[in-house]
Amino acid sequence: MISLATRQRVDELVTRYPEKRSALIPILHEVQAEAGHLSAAAIEWVAGYLSLSPADVMSVASFYDMLEMEPVGTHMIYVCQNLTCAMLGAEKLIRHLEGRLGIRMGETTPDGKITLRRMECLAACGAAPAIQVDGEYHDQMTPEKLDALLDTLQARSNR
Amino acid sequence: MSFEKVLTRYQDIPGYTGTLDAYEAQGGYQALRKALKEMQPAEIIEAVKRSGLRGRGGAGFPCGVKWGFIPKDSPKPVYLVVNGDESEPGTFKDRMLIEEEPHQILEGIVLASYAIGCHQAFLYCRGEFVRGARMLRRALDEAYAKGYIGRRILGSGFDLEVVLHRGAGAYICGEETGLLESLEGKRGQPRPKPPFPAISGLYRCPTVVNNVETLSNIPHILLRGPEWYAGIGPAKSTGPRLFSVSGHVERPGNYELPMSVTLRQLIFEHAGGIRGGRRLKAVIPGGSSSPVLTEQHLDVGMDFDSLAAAGSMGGSGAVIVMDDTTCMVRVGEIVSRFYHHESCGQCTQCREGTAWLHKTLRRIEHGQGREADLDLLLDMCDNMKGKTICVLSDAAAMPIESYLEHFRDEFERHVRERACPFGEGSGD
Repeated sequence: MISLATRQRVDELVTRYPEKRSALIPILHEVQAEAGHLSAAAIEWVAGYLSLSPADVMSVASFYDMLEMEPVGTHMIYVCQNLTCAMLGAEKLIRHLEGRLGIRMGETTPDGKITLRRMECLAACGAAPAIQVDGEYHDQMTPEKLDALLDTLQARSNR
Repeated sequence: MSFEKVLTRYQDIPGYTGTLDAYEAQGGYQALRKALKEMQPAEIIEAVKRSGLRGRGGAGFPCGVKWGFIPKDSPKPVYLVVNGDESEPGTFKDRMLIEEEPHQILEGIVLASYAIGCHQAFLYCRGEFVRGARMLRRALDEAYAKGYIGRRILGSGFDLEVVLHRGAGAYICGEETGLLESLEGKRGQPRPKPPFPAISGLYRCPTVVNNVETLSNIPHILLRGPEWYAGIGPAKSTGPRLFSVSGHVERPGNYELPMSVTLRQLIFEHAGGIRGGRRLKAVIPGGSSSPVLTEQHLDVGMDFDSLAAAGSMGGSGAVIVMDDTTCMVRVGEIVSRFYHHESCGQCTQCREGTAWLHKTLRRIEHGQGREADLDLLLDMCDNMKGKTICVLSDAAAMPIESYLEHFRDEFERHVRERACPFGEGSGD
């Protein structure tokens, strides 16, 4: 389940800290990067690796917005819903995304390609309304720009 | 007085990429060379004290004083933890510094570490800053390769390891003890204080937590001298500051200015005024936690003390400008939704208070408010302030109180008309 490459990165991560538990969140990032989300088995593996209880690891993982406990799409679209973005049209973007993809925020398209997520301030208020797709920022979004972006994403995942 | 950019001078160099070569070409790491050769750690702390530098993360605490709290000859290791978890709504200047000028931060880290006797520093980068973490990683690799970080830095006897640590999405980890918990691999729940981090911080060892922008100032202070630095801006709010201006202005963006700039100059001269020539309604001057200001406050100076005297705060330097199409109840609904989502849940006043604030504001905005709700909101705010482990609860209550103070008639109108006079979801 955990690949050798991930295992090697995890082995290296724990050496960076005076106390190995500090590597917990970086390890969860690594494991999630490989599997897309943190399954119960993955949580158990990490717990065993750090000599913690699975419940302890779960309590940490569930605290952070970017750690996924359920399967998510190949592409993750974060829409900032905080003040400046809301003042400049974030809800319009959200309605457009939901309409075009036929899912609600927080859900994943049935083909497993795209997950929509409301996010708090992404520190891009100067370029509001802003979204992040797979970690990359897209500034001053409009429904038209969203359409172009979704076309690209869908074409990419059809390849 | 003409002001020359300090932290963002790179913006005037065409094609600047923030690489080590580019940073060195504009004098980068000269401060480090000078400090390691000519200065004792105590002299650096003294210089930073004399510069008057105050923390740029939110609290505005004097940086040199904070460094001075680290016990001398501590038997335990001393740690520097860099707060790059920028997430106060409206703020986007640390992300810019991280992505565009990472070596300036790293030079500040090495200097600060030398000053406080730290040999392992942790750079906590907000999880959502994927590109930022990439830029920091590259810069760290370059700095290690060139001997600016690592063993026997620049041939001195000083060793330093810098660990880049990515967060995973939680506003509360911007609170310094929440950040320390997170860095220890736990839920980011703030710790009771005292003890303060300088005595018992990371792994219960003496720790300094500094913001990214704060540390970016250090190389300049040491290279050009504390007197030069103290000469910029008001006497008690010295040095340049990055203001993140967003919202209904013609030219949103980060503006580096002395804190003697007024709110009016910042909005109307630098950020180009209100979009479409509309009328200004309200301004949040220091991130969404700060109480709102209105037209009558436009001549306030953007320094820590003047903003406090005007009933608000300098906070994170995030200025959110709202024109007359903005519904203040809707603003309250959004701001309270945020604090409700981000409350870590350990204190009842905050966990319950943020939930009830949001619930009540939502029903007023959606035409289901009651007359008694306005005083109920104020009562809730009163019960949330000064009663919790950290200030998130205060940060949630203060803005709502201020919206009611300045725009009570707007709240009353929502209740009376059983609808939002601006149309629900105004801004779309």
